[in-house]
Order: sequence, then structure tokens, then C-alpha cells
Amino acid sequence: MSLILIAEQSLNGLQFGLMLFLLAAGLTLVFGIMDMINLAHGSLYMLGAFLASTFVELTGSFTAGLLLALPATALLGMLLEMSLLRTLYARDHLAQVLATFALILIINELTRLVWGSDAALPMPGALSGPVDLLPGLPYPAYRLLIIAVGLVVAVLLFVLVTKTKVGMLVRAGASNREMALAMGVNIKLLFTLVFGAGAALCALAGALLAPLLAVQVGMGENILILAFVVIVIGGIGSVRGALVGALLVGVVDTIGRAFLPILFGAFFQPRVASAAGPAIASVAIYLLMAVVLYFRPQGLFPARG
Amino acid sequence: MLWADQLFYVSFASRVMIYAIAATSLNLVLGYGGMISFGHAAFVGTGAYVGSILVAEGVTSAFIGWPAAIAVSALAAWIIGAISLRTRGVYFIMITLAFAQMMFYLVNSMKAYGGDEGLTLPQRPSLVFDLGGEVAFYYVVLSLLALTVFLLYRLGKSRFGRVIDAIRQNEARAEAVGFPVYRYKLACFVIAGAVAGLAGALLAAHGKYVNPNVLHWVQSGTLMIMVILGGVGHLWGGVLGAAVLLGLEHLISDYPIGWLAQLAPNYQQHANLGVGLVMLAIVLFAPQGIAGLFERRKHASP
Repeated sequence: MSLILIAEQSLNGLQFGLMLFLLAAGLTLVFGIMDMINLAHGSLYMLGAFLASTFVELTGSFTAGLLLALPATALLGMLLEMSLLRTLYARDHLAQVLATFALILIINELTRLVWGSDAALPMPGALSGPVDLLPGLPYPAYRLLIIAVGLVVAVLLFVLVTKTKVGMLVRAGASNREMALAMGVNIKLLFTLVFGAGAALCALAGALLAPLLAVQVGMGENILILAFVVIVIGGIGSVRGALVGALLVGVVDTIGRAFLPILFGAFFQPRVASAAGPAIASVAIYLLMAVVLYFRPQGLFPARG
Repeated sequence: MLWADQLFYVSFASRVMIYAIAATSLNLVLGYGGMISFGHAAFVGTGAYVGSILVAEGVTSAFIGWPAAIAVSALAAWIIGAISLRTRGVYFIMITLAFAQMMFYLVNSMKAYGGDEGLTLPQRPSLVFDLGGEVAFYYVVLSLLALTVFLLYRLGKSRFGRVIDAIRQNEARAEAVGFPVYRYKLACFVIAGAVAGLAGALLAAHGKYVNPNVLHWVQSGTLMIMVILGGVGHLWGGVLGAAVLLGLEHLISDYPIGWLAQLAPNYQQHANLGVGLVMLAIVLFAPQGIAGLFERRKHASP
């Protein structure tokens, strides 16, 4: 019984971690290459989910809706980059934080005007049931799909960044932008493309998580902060760091919420345990971040060297 | 006696001044110290909760409650600052944000004190006299705001302020000259956290209510907007920013504009769209804030 619970929660952690990775990968490259802090990254996640809900409704197919939402969000992201964010690269972090904070407010209100406060994105019917992973270990099919997609995208991204020419340019930009510029890399174009790819990954995460969570205005903000924690732990600019950080955060958060209350119950009086367990569990990832940063202020895999 | 309408504005002015205290404390970190802390609401919230919990537990003297709020907030700032200040740049922004979020979840899980529903206070704390009346409370807040601005003024002129300014301008150089940069920055961070704690205690006393949203990261962002709006690093920046932002908010929500209402009947529900656009315009076109508009440019534009 307890072993099954552990397996189930570990899979949940893996699933959550992989979705966090999709968000964090784009974010960490934007930080790494342009030294630009973009709070509006979560807004792209939200837009992706809303767009997917509309496209799924229009086409009647979950897959088609998802595949339409990705390029649409990427396009919006690139438009945003070319029209506004580009002017912020030369500014200090404070200006970037405030301008993109303003963008969150603006995009939230615009979304509310277009779609209303929330939208529906139902789970595809064929995947709504459980699958027996092992005899006696049922697991929701849809969550398995998320894990599979997340793993495939993670591997593709990893190969793209570490093995291809484009990936080499991206890594060059992340580790030393001036030097990459001097070597003739078209950073401007590269960055617009990276931004578009990051937006598409956001949309993928938003659309995949939408049937499990809710599609609503403001959904991007909480997960954005988790993505920050991920890239701070992993090291800014490092895709490998983002993957490790995302899995760490996903597993620690999920396992903590599931087992800390039980663990506390074994050692403390029920009254203390029921108060302290959830409290510690909800801040476990921040404690993890604090510990990592205390020993490695540059994160686990710093990209700049 | 005052009319009800006048009483509303006395109370509103108190609210503005409380936010002015909070924004001024953030300005010390942000403008004077050059540290982009994105988690200042954590200290405001800590103060608010400490003040409220003491009142809820029957300790109604503000002479105990407010200093306690200041002390606990300072302690929180010391712990968070000691870890955060080991990092710099984007890392610092995000780690302060994450710590504030952590505090947010912590108070959310304090079921004994209302959890996510918040805590309603039976009364305001009292000094030697009762603070239940809006006018008495107004004068107390006014005095504390004056004290805060005076503190910031003296700090800016002091040796401490000069060192902080030197660190902001060039940290490596200040370090090379021999100043213990880390300790100076931490001291600056803790002072700001303590003052923010006072603002929090006042905020909770003012509304006789506190909920976890005072620690929400949007609050941190709002405080930053106030500072930018008023003027980063200007003595009156926080005060100006708080007054203008809250004033605007009040105008938009309480005074419908005829032609705009005809154009878009629900526009008041989308006030954040206007706030966002104004913010964006300020960041892009007036980075020195309102105070900067009244002052001759000290430095030639780059």
C-alpha cells in the first residue's frame, strides 16, 4: 500500500517537474543570453492555455488544438520581444522587472477582456481513465502522456542545445554574449528565435497542465515563481541546470506535500503535526533553494564561467 | 464632529501615509542601496501579523505590539538578507521574491490565526490614548511617517549613507577601499525591513484586519511601483509614489468618467490595464519618477 503510494507520488513529482522544466528552459535562456529578467514569461504560459482552449473548442480535437496553440503563442512571444522587450535589454534589472510586471497586469486584463476570467479545457476522453502500470499500480493515463511528452521534449531540447549548430550559438550567447557578438553571431535574430521557442514551450506546458489545473487569469504567476526557483537552483543560462532543478523542485514539492504530514504524525502529537506538516511542506522547495544558494550562490550548474 | 465623508478621507489619508512609510523603507534598499529586493511585502506582512496576533491574544498596548512587529520584521530581514545578499544581480531579485513567497505560504498555513481567510481584530491597539478614532490614528501615523522620512534623510547624510551610496555606485571599489560591503548592505536591508514591519503593524491596526495577501508578491511589486513612480533614491520618492498611486486607484474606482463609461461600461473593473500602461510608460519614458521631474538632472543622459 505505502509502496504504491510512494511510486504514485514519485510519478506525480516527475510529471510536475517536467512541466516546470518546459517553463524554466525558455526562461533560463532568456536570462542567460540577454541578462534580462522577464516576469511576463508566466503570461505566455497563461496565453498558451487560453489559446489552446479556444483552438480545442474550434477544432474539436485536443491534439489539433494543442498544435495550433504552440505556433500562435510563439508568434505572440516573438511580437512581444520585437516590439517591447528588445528595448529593455540595455536597461537595468529594476526597469526590466517593472516593465514586465506592468506587462503581466496588461496581459491579464486583456485576457480577461477577450476570454473572461476563465476557460475550459477538458481532458481528452480516451485518456481520462487509469492504466495499470504494474499489477495493483493504476496511474492516470493523461498524467502518463504528460510525462512522455515532457521526456521527449526534454531530450529533444537537450540534443538541440548540446549537439546542433543552433544550440552551440545559443550556448555561446549564454556563456558570453559580447564574445559571441564579436565572433559574428546574429544575437538579435537568435534571441528572437529563442524567445519564440520559449513561448512555444510555455504554451505546451500551459495546455498540457490545463485539464489538471484550471485555465484562469493569474494562473501564470504562481508557476512563474516556481520556475524562478528552478533556474536559481539550476544556475541561470544552463538548460541542464533547469532540468535538474525542475525535477528536484517537482519531486521535493510533491513528495513533501504527500509525506511530510505523515512523517510528522509519526513523531509529534497530532495537533502539532497537522499544523506543522503542511506548513513545512508548502515551503520545502524554498528551503531547498536557500540551502543550495547558501553553498552555491551561482546555482548547481552556472553557465557563465 | 466631522462629517462621514470627511472621516472617510481622514482614514484614506492614514492608509496613504502607511503605504508611504512602507514605500520609503523600500526606497532605502532600492534607491539608496541599489539592491533590487522583490520581496519587501514579506516584512510588511510580518509586521502586520505580529501586530495582529498580539492584539488577538489580548496584548492591546501599541507600546508592546509595534516594537515587537519592528523587532520580528528586522529579524526576518536579517535572516533573509544574510542568505540573499550572498547572491547578486538576477539571483538576488529572484531569491528575495522566493523568500517572500515562502512567508506567504507560511502565514497561509497558520490555521490558528485565520489561515487564508485572515484575522479580524476586535479593536485597534492603543497608545496612552485610544486609537479607535480616525483622527487620533491619523496624527499618530502622520508623526510616524515624519519620523521615517527624517530617519531616511539623516541616514542619507550620515557616514553610513555615504558608504551605502558608494557601494551602490561601485561595489568592487568600495570593497577595495576596505569597507565591509556585505555587512553594510545587510544593515541597510535590516533597517528597511524593520521600518516595513512598523508599516505592516499600522496597516493591520488601520483596517483591524490582516490576511495573507499583504505578503503576496503583487504587493511587493506594488511597493516597487510606488518607489519608481515617486522617484528611486529621492527622499520623498516613496511618499509621492504612494500618494499618487493610491490616489489614482481611488479616483478610478470611485469617480466614474462619463465618456469612458459610455465607451466601455465595465472599464472600472479593468483598472489594472490602466495601471499597467501607466507603469510601462513611466519605466520607458520617465525612469526618474515624479520627483525626478522637479529636479534638474544631476547626470547628463548617457
